[in-house]
Amino acid sequence: MTVTIHYFAKLREERGLSHETIDTEAATPAALYDELAAQYSFSLSRKHLRVAINEDFATWETTLASGDTVVFLQPAAGG
Amino acid sequence: MDPHFAITDQVIDPAALTAHCRDDTAGGFVTFEGWVRNHHEGRSVTGLDYEAYAPLAQTEGLRVLAEALDQFDLVRVGCVHRVGFLDIGQIAVWVGVSAHHREPAFDACRYIIDEIKVRLPIWKREHYTDGSRAWVNCAHCAKHAH
Repeated sequence: MTVTIHYFAKLREERGLSHETIDTEAATPAALYDELAAQYSFSLSRKHLRVAINEDFATWETTLASGDTVVFLQPAAGG
Repeated sequence: MDPHFAITDQVIDPAALTAHCRDDTAGGFVTFEGWVRNHHEGRSVTGLDYEAYAPLAQTEGLRVLAEALDQFDLVRVGCVHRVGFLDIGQIAVWVGVSAHHREPAFDACRYIIDEIKVRLPIWKREHYTDGSRAWVNCAHCAKHAH
C-alpha cells in the first residue's frame, strides 16, 4: 500500500527529506518505522517516539490503510 | 467565546492577544510569555529554530485550551506558539487567561503552558556560540512530565 510520511526535526535531517510517499508492506506504524529506521539508520529509538496518522495521535499497532499520512513524533520540545 | 490557538511564523504581539482575552466580566487576567534565553544546560545559546507539525499542534493545542476551560472557571483563553528562527529575547509562546477571579486564572495559565510543552508536536533546535546546533529533547528538560 501507499503511505505518505512527513519528517520533522532530527528525523528530517537523518532522512534528508521533509516528506515522501512510498509503497510499503508494513501493516502498522511500528513496522513502518522499523523498516525505515533500518534502511536509513535513524538514531532515534521507537520507544522514545509517538506516532500520528492522518493528523492525530495514533498507536504503534494501529492498522495502516493505503493513503494514510504518518508522522513519527520526537519528544515534545515546544514552549 | 471559543478558545484561540494558533501556530504562527510572525512576531507575537502580546497587546493584540491580550485584547482578545478582554471581557467586562473578567476581573483577573494572567499571561505567560516564553522567551528565548541565552543558555541551556550550561551552553551559550544564540537563537532557536522552532518547528511544528502544524495540523496536529493546532488540534492538540485547542484540546489543551478546551481542557482548561472545562477544569477551571474561566472567561477567555488564548495561546499562540511561534515557529521559525527566533533571536534571544523573542517571544516563542504566549498564553493568556481571563477569569472572574484571579485564582483560576493563575492555575489555568500554568496548566496550559505545562501541557503545551509536553504534548504538542513542536521541536526546537538550539544554535550555540561555537556555531553548532542541536535538537532539544524536552523529555529531560521539562520539570512537568506525564
